Amino acid sequence: MKLHPIAYPLIGLALILLFNAFFTPGFYALELRDGRLYGSLIDVLNRATPVLLLSIGMTLVIATKGVDLSVGAVMAIAGAVAALLVTDKVSFLSVSHSVLLVVLIALVVATFAGVFNGVLVGKVGIQPIVATLILMVAGRGVAQLLTGGQNVTFNNPALERLGTGSAFGLPMPFVIFIVVFVLIAVFVRKTALGLFIEATGSNAEAARLAGVASDKMKVAVYAVSGLVAGIAGVIACADIRAADANNAGLYMELDAILAVAVGGTSLSGGRFSLLGSVVGAVLMQALTTTILTRGVSPHATLVAKALIIVAVILLQSPEFRASFARRKHDPARA
Amino acid sequence: MALLEMAGVSKAFPGVLALDSVSFSVDRGEIRALMGENGAGKSTLIKVLTGVYASGSGTVLLDGVSIAPRSPAHAQELGVSTVYQEVNLVPNLSVAENVCLGYEPRTFGKINWRKVNERARRAMSRLNIDIDVTRSLTDFSTAVQQLVAIARAVDREAKVLVLDEPTSSLDKIEVERLFTLMRKLRGDGMAIVFVTHFLEQVYSVADSVTVLRNGVKVGDWAVTELPRQKLVAQMLGRDLDEVPHVDHREAIGTDVLVTVESLGRKNAMEPISFDVRRGETLGLSGLLGSGRTETMKMLSGANPADSGVISVSGIGTRGSRLRPRSPRDSIRLGIGLCPEDRKSEGVCPGLSVSENLLLVLQARRGWLRVIRKKQADKIVSEQIERLRITTPDTRRPIENLSGGNQQKVLLCRWLVAEPTLLLLDEPTRGIDVGNKLEIRKLITDLAKKGMSFVFSSAELEEVVNTCDRVVVLRDRRKVGELKGAEVTEQNVMARIAEGEA
Ligand SMILES: Nc1ncnc2c1ncn2[C@@H]1O[C@H](COP(=O)(O)OP(=O)(O)OP(=O)(O)O)[C@@H](O)[C@H]1O
Ligand SMILES: [Mg+2]
Repeated sequence: MKLHPIAYPLIGLALILLFNAFFTPGFYALELRDGRLYGSLIDVLNRATPVLLLSIGMTLVIATKGVDLSVGAVMAIAGAVAALLVTDKVSFLSVSHSVLLVVLIALVVATFAGVFNGVLVGKVGIQPIVATLILMVAGRGVAQLLTGGQNVTFNNPALERLGTGSAFGLPMPFVIFIVVFVLIAVFVRKTALGLFIEATGSNAEAARLAGVASDKMKVAVYAVSGLVAGIAGVIACADIRAADANNAGLYMELDAILAVAVGGTSLSGGRFSLLGSVVGAVLMQALTTTILTRGVSPHATLVAKALIIVAVILLQSPEFRASFARRKHDPARA
Repeated sequence: MALLEMAGVSKAFPGVLALDSVSFSVDRGEIRALMGENGAGKSTLIKVLTGVYASGSGTVLLDGVSIAPRSPAHAQELGVSTVYQEVNLVPNLSVAENVCLGYEPRTFGKINWRKVNERARRAMSRLNIDIDVTRSLTDFSTAVQQLVAIARAVDREAKVLVLDEPTSSLDKIEVERLFTLMRKLRGDGMAIVFVTHFLEQVYSVADSVTVLRNGVKVGDWAVTELPRQKLVAQMLGRDLDEVPHVDHREAIGTDVLVTVESLGRKNAMEPISFDVRRGETLGLSGLLGSGRTETMKMLSGANPADSGVISVSGIGTRGSRLRPRSPRDSIRLGIGLCPEDRKSEGVCPGLSVSENLLLVLQARRGWLRVIRKKQADKIVSEQIERLRITTPDTRRPIENLSGGNQQKVLLCRWLVAEPTLLLLDEPTRGIDVGNKLEIRKLITDLAKKGMSFVFSSAELEEVVNTCDRVVVLRDRRKVGELKGAEVTEQNVMARIAEGEA
């Protein structure tokens, strides 16, 4: 019994969808209003978007045997920067007339934060957990400093469209995600970068001796992680028309890591699957939505979620499957 | 009835029947050599015996009692102590912690560190090794790590000791120490299984031989009834070609490719100078810890030197004289290193055979110029044929190959990238007799075509028969250089013994 790694989260997702087909009336109902689709399925995708975005970067980081704990904080920073710029609260930079510029600057700041992580890990050699913990803690502080501890609200239709608008009948955030995903997937898989990243994560010293610029690969993946966190941060603040430094992206790094793990990318580095992480992120959101619509007490939600995730991850582990199979064949130990 | 009896052992992997109903036995006070080509199934047999693979079929009797080890730890409890081919120690722990791991002496439930260190020191001293056991394992060379693994296995109470290529990176002297210990354990009534590709080691220590070929047992013999040639024929299923002897080419030319000037690293290597000519195979010879690996690592930029420079001729004038700070610096100059320790520095586990094989070439081409699939397949299948790498499918993870076959992939990784100077640190480690010859021939052929090599091997015979010139090292400094007809085992040994040139 050995399936393609992506099969397990797909089976999990299928089971949840099947469950809803029977037990959640109206789960599959889709309604077209003002050129935009509404329904539970769309809702799942829309809510999954921030984690989906983060999980792209997280997948690449984890593939190099790293982890990026700072993405939630970077979301907060990007949101704060965007909100401040669009309300012209930065005296020396008045760019509120151009949302494009506002977004670009926010993304540059976020990418820079990622490069900072990458340099700490790839060039200085600090352990990824420790290195990104620095920005996880300090980054949220920076965002709070920027916003002065207050929610910075704004009224800018163009920026808001990124969070609440739609395109092709789908929520704008999800469409943005699709575009980013395709770009990055093509970028790493159609070039040799994917191979270099996997080699670095699999055995950094071997990759280095083979002439792979392992250190640069590390800087690059953290930069990408920062960039996608920035995109998620801008979307999140556009969605609520405010920068909320205290709560934007809070704990989302953990959801992103889980999505990657559930999606079949090993946390010990090497082989990665971007598509797997997408399935993982959607699976988790579908699960959350399902549990919530079942009317399960919110306290139980997290536990139920944890149980199902543990099941998926166990099934992916060859050791677990082997010991399971062994027990079946070995009557003496049954 | 023998102490350990295995019967009808089979083990299949997708696409390969690694063991086909093999029987194997070893008795008290016996050292049995387990021989066979790369991929014959030796390690697999050992892994079935020690519970690494649980799903193999067949029976194992220890002392007449049927056992079914579920894990190496369980096998250990049952009395089978093992040193695996891919040494599995914990790099970040100290030598002492590694030796005692899982069996730490305790006082009132707390680990007694004084006793841990004491015990580790005693275990190492049984092999006549005197090192600081409180230092981290990574501070030591592959050879010492191998000795630590052996000390660890011997330290356990065991009835059966299994050694899968324990001598692959040891020098003559360490091998002798190991043999002394093995003979003593044999005297105490232990049963020992010994895997090696060194024929002379079989004749010097083993009592009996079992040969596997393609997962099938060919037969059992007492060492005395199986002369060398016959043993090789049984392993390969054919006779081995005569050893090609290199005519130490005096006229190797004066066309110097790389000049190494006082390259040194504090506390690791005294400044060393030598040159490598175009089309030459230069040997590095010396005992364990004499600086062979260190020299290659400085040259390749893996462990950058802190003094001296190298200059490479024929690469324009700019940047051809420098001190390499990283492997990429050296690779740019056309210098590559095929490292000694394939597990920690060579293999990228999880990546396929094909990806591993093409890694250097792809890194050299950069991230944009991807090797197309058709071209990749062509290169890979050529190499697989050239070095007779046995694998059912090149898209499988490389760790599914036998140790020797992994080593061949790593060698190919560099050959396909065609460096002008390839540094080969123990390139034939774990490779069987037949393939060793093939590889030596290949190196000689490539050298004739103009490629240069620096070659090091724990086997002096191999260095002497492959290299045109030999640099002799001792205590991390160069003590001599031999060329042409001077290149003989005696001369090299003499230089090492003299110390000062
Ligand atoms: N985990 C695995 N998955 C798939 N195939 C395997 C695996 N381990 C070993 N094999 C295959 O089983 C065969 C026997 O391998 P084994 O490692 O036992 O050889 P060996 O005799 O120890 O060789 P060597 O001298 O190179 O160490 C080889 O063809 C190898 O490719
Ligand atoms: Mg083996």
